[in-house]
Amino acid sequence: MEDLKEKLLSSFIAFESTLNGQAKSPIHKVRTKAIEVFEEKGFPTKRNEEWKYTNLKPILKHDYKLLSHPESEIEFKDVKRYFLHDTDTYKIVFVDGVFSSWMSRTTHDGYDICTFASAIEKYTHIVNKYFNKAASQEDSLTALNTAFAREGAFINVPDNTIVEKPIEVVFFSTNSDTEMMTMPRNLVVVGKNSQAQIIERHQSLHGNNVLTNVVTEIFAEESSHVSYYKVQNDEYTASLIDNTYVDQKEKSNCTVDTFSLGGKFTRNNLNFNLTGEHCECHLDGITIIEDDQLVDHHTRIDHKVPNCQSNELYKGIYDDKAKGVFNGMVMVHPDAQKTNAFQQNNNILLTDTASIDTKPQLEIYADDVKCSHGCTVGQLDDDALFYMRSRGIAEKEAKAMLMYAFSNDALKNVRIASLRSKLNLVFAKKLGVDLDFGL
Amino acid sequence: MLNIKDLKVSIEGKSILKGINLEVKPGEVHAIMGPNGSGKSTLSSVIAGREEYEVEDGSINFNNEDLLSLDPEERAHRGIFLSFQYPIEIPGVSVTNFIKTAINESRKAQGLDAMPASKMLKKMREKMRLLEMDQNFLSRSLNEGFSGGEKKRNEIFQMAMLEPKLAILDETDSGLDIDALRIVANGVNKLRTPENATIVITHYQRLLDYIVPDFVHVLYNGKIVKSGGKDLALELEDKGYDWVKKEADNLV
Ligand SMILES: Nc1ncnc2c1ncn2[C@@H]1O[C@H](COP(=O)(O)OP(=O)(O)O)[C@@H](O)[C@H]1O
Ligand SMILES: [Mg+2]
Repeated sequence: MEDLKEKLLSSFIAFESTLNGQAKSPIHKVRTKAIEVFEEKGFPTKRNEEWKYTNLKPILKHDYKLLSHPESEIEFKDVKRYFLHDTDTYKIVFVDGVFSSWMSRTTHDGYDICTFASAIEKYTHIVNKYFNKAASQEDSLTALNTAFAREGAFINVPDNTIVEKPIEVVFFSTNSDTEMMTMPRNLVVVGKNSQAQIIERHQSLHGNNVLTNVVTEIFAEESSHVSYYKVQNDEYTASLIDNTYVDQKEKSNCTVDTFSLGGKFTRNNLNFNLTGEHCECHLDGITIIEDDQLVDHHTRIDHKVPNCQSNELYKGIYDDKAKGVFNGMVMVHPDAQKTNAFQQNNNILLTDTASIDTKPQLEIYADDVKCSHGCTVGQLDDDALFYMRSRGIAEKEAKAMLMYAFSNDALKNVRIASLRSKLNLVFAKKLGVDLDFGL
Repeated sequence: MLNIKDLKVSIEGKSILKGINLEVKPGEVHAIMGPNGSGKSTLSSVIAGREEYEVEDGSINFNNEDLLSLDPEERAHRGIFLSFQYPIEIPGVSVTNFIKTAINESRKAQGLDAMPASKMLKKMREKMRLLEMDQNFLSRSLNEGFSGGEKKRNEIFQMAMLEPKLAILDETDSGLDIDALRIVANGVNKLRTPENATIVITHYQRLLDYIVPDFVHVLYNGKIVKSGGKDLALELEDKGYDWVKKEADNLV
């Protein structure tokens, strides 16, 4: 079997040749530069400080197919449950990396909600202005995605515009007979005083291995309000590397919530760059995993200017041999006086074999700041369990209620009611709670 | 109803209860008094089923069933209720949902259907009136941020909802001001029937002015060293515990 890196490098040439007429465009140069970075650095190994606790090697061993075309037809009724119910939404849907126009609901009325591929053609000025401007130029996995950047979601909301309906971005992989690697690229621009709510999901529908290496760039312009929800509840054969870069201008408010409830291997690299004063960001995460699933959250918040606020709350419940990693870097640059940074990571290990490596990293180069961080790792509280049981609640139910209450806390910033109740249901099901008592 | 025989309990190798005998019949109110650290909370926890304590010897029967072989929730289903000296805070679980779950779990264990929501709500309102509690209690997280008094009142509210056969009130009076004490005691009295029984654990005579006991026991150093009628409580109030301690120590 060909080495995955070699395979990627050789298919880059084939990939480029399919993009007729783009050879002179700026995006071509970006891609070419990016593949060079990937060629030089390759996949990160455990020698890399950022990958110390998470071994990428096992998921690189598969014989992934790289070029995207739909493997098989899917019917909406079979995938309906992966969308929000009772809520009218815009939808950008892909099947095996290819845009599915009939399942999607895009628009150009007042704002653009469409595919990245069409934006490269039609909205060249926006793409040239924003594409790859927030993403890291050095990170090899990001560079790999940049090299192959062609398809994904494109959301462009002009100034003074509120997108009322949530936007669902869903990537299905049918992967019925082959193992597959996809590299979606999303670009989100929310203009001055504008608002948008986005839900992103990667979902495999059959039992072959899938590796997704996705990059999302989010630009929150002055006084904008962006809510971004990542629903990670994929099959046991799915591996996901999510690289998200948020660039916030002054007075903007951006939330990224990550719900990691499934998949075999999930690595989230979530980066916030606060470049305008008085902006506010919220990072909430809840992880509930079992078996030998792995979820690794690496977050980084760069406070570059004064008077910004960051709030980070990650919670995790780990059963069986599940493994969690939390690495939260908060970098307060010398100019960033009056920074207010809060970080918390709370974990419950249900077995002796489950584990969590948690590492807050605060680097503070300004003197007038308020920064706090904390992490807890524990079991369920025995006193609380006894209290509940002494009132007649069976042990299993009591445990489930406690875990449910613990995790539900991280849903408080979810503004889309139907998403909140859907997640509630997933939590309850995973934790074995009888939703009769629904909180 | 409750029959405790020669109960010996230890924790982490340390002997705490050193042979307790106690019989409680339906309709009775027993008060257990005694200085701090004498083992009152241990006794109530063991009756409720706390697993950390090791029962070395003796037995507890409840309506002719061996209580010690039952799980805490099974004991609750049989009608045992412990009002905690230090109620636990449970963030994220509302008072309503907690009580609803507790009641319906008990009903399930007894082969009954869940109580209809409207009936549940009506009952909650009624019991809250009895204890002069504010409606907004119901939606708050269980005990989280409650004052000491609110926690105790919430315990009695749960007791009123669950209608136990045997209620053990562990220092329910501590943390209550005199008005709240009167309201809570009045609530407890209203819930009394000829079929159920109450064990009141307290430090002070004060509560016993309102909940009048049939029997008073003094627990000291893991043993019931003296039992009597309600006058014993008054005597203790007058003279303190020293004379009972002395008597007990002299016996050894
Ligand atoms: N969980 C425990 N671990 C160790 N010692 C305990 C524990 N619970 C109670 N004890 C000890 O048992 C004795 C009796 O305590 P307790 O039953 O709380 O007394 P009371 O309620 O009468 O004040 C005390 O010496 C106390 O320190
Ligand atoms: Mg006590």
